[in-house]
Amino acid sequence: MRWIQLGEMDCRGIWGDDMEREDIRVAVVRIEGTNCERETALAFKRLEVFAEEVHLKQFYSDMIRDEDKRSLHDYHAVVFPGGFSAGDYIRAGAIFSARVRSVLRKDLKKFIGEGWPVLGICNGFQVLVELGALPAFDGISEKPEMALGINDSSRFECRPTFLKVENQKILFTRNLGKNVVMFPSAHAEGKVIFPSGREEEYIERLKENNQIVFRYVDRNGDYAGYPWNPNGSIYNIAGICNPEGNVLGLMPHPERAFHPVSHPEWTRNQQKDGDGKGFFEGIVSYLEKKV
Amino acid sequence: MIAHVYIELKKGVADPEGENTKKALQLLGFDGVRDVRTIKVFRIELDELDEDQGKRKVEEMCEKLLANPVIHNYRIEIG
Repeated sequence: MRWIQLGEMDCRGIWGDDMEREDIRVAVVRIEGTNCERETALAFKRLEVFAEEVHLKQFYSDMIRDEDKRSLHDYHAVVFPGGFSAGDYIRAGAIFSARVRSVLRKDLKKFIGEGWPVLGICNGFQVLVELGALPAFDGISEKPEMALGINDSSRFECRPTFLKVENQKILFTRNLGKNVVMFPSAHAEGKVIFPSGREEEYIERLKENNQIVFRYVDRNGDYAGYPWNPNGSIYNIAGICNPEGNVLGLMPHPERAFHPVSHPEWTRNQQKDGDGKGFFEGIVSYLEKKV
Repeated sequence: MIAHVYIELKKGVADPEGENTKKALQLLGFDGVRDVRTIKVFRIELDELDEDQGKRKVEEMCEKLLANPVIHNYRIEIG
C-alpha cells in the first residue's frame, strides 16, 4: 500500500483523503553537542516520511545560504533529540532552550497551538522543560515549572528501561499496542523534580489532565525503585505531555528501540518490531490524518 | 564591574553530587565531614558602572538562564 503503481498519475486516494507519507515533513533540531539527531531522523525515514536534521541557525541566521534557510512552519512535527547540547553547561538543556526561546518562541507557540506534534527525547525533554513547554499547565510558562535534576545515583545511568504506558490515547502512544514497552535510558540528569512541598499537588494535576504518559516499572510491569527507575524520579515518571497531548517529553530513547534486534532479549522474545517503531508510527499516522 | 553569582540547590532538594563527594572524602579517611553541598559560581564581568543596575542585570540573567527556580537559589556578590 505504500507504493504507487507505475502509471498511476493521480496519487490522491491512496491514503483515503489523507496526505501521502513522503509529504509529511519532520524537523529534528540540532545544535552543537546534540548527538541523537541522525538516529531519530532515521526512525522517521524508515517510516517513509521526509525527515531532516536542521541546525537551529537555519531558522534565523542571515549567514545561511538561501537554500538552507528554514521556517518552523515548513514542518509538520518538530523533535528535539538527545545528546549533550552545548556541553550540558549551566544545566542540561538550559543553553539550547535559551537559544530556542530567543529566536523561535513565537513560532513554537503557534506551532504547538495548532496541534502539531513536538517531541523531546532525553536532552530534548530537558530542553522542553527549561522552555516551559512542559508540563505547561496553563500554556507555555515564562519560567520552568519543574526540573530534571541529577540522578540519585549521581552517575550516568545507561541501560534498557521498562515503561508502563499510562496514557494510551495521545498520538505518540496510540500505536504502541502494549502496556509496557522497553526503551533504553542513557542520562545523568533525568530525575523529575517538582517544587518542594507542592509535589502532591503537581502529581494530582498531571493525573487529572492525563499528562503522565510513561512511568518506570520492573520487568513484570510493577512500579519499582532503583535500578528500574534509573534516576529516582518522583512517582516513577519517565515522560509527560502537555494537557493537549501534542507535546511530549521523555527521558528514555524510543529511537534506540526501533528494530527488534535493539532489544537485549531479541532472540528470546521474537518480537516482529521494536517498541520504538510503534511510537514513531503513532506520530506519522496522526499526521497522515491531520496534514 | 565583576559579579559573582552563586547557584545552589534549595533546601530539601537532594544533592547527589555533594552526597557522593562526602562519601568519597570519608573513604579517604577525612573524619568529621558532616555535610558537602555543591555550589556553582559564575564570575561575570560587566561594562556596567552602577552597582544597582549591574545587580539587576545579573538578577535577570539568573532568572532567564543561570538558575532553575524550581530547584535553585541564587546569590549575587558585586565587587
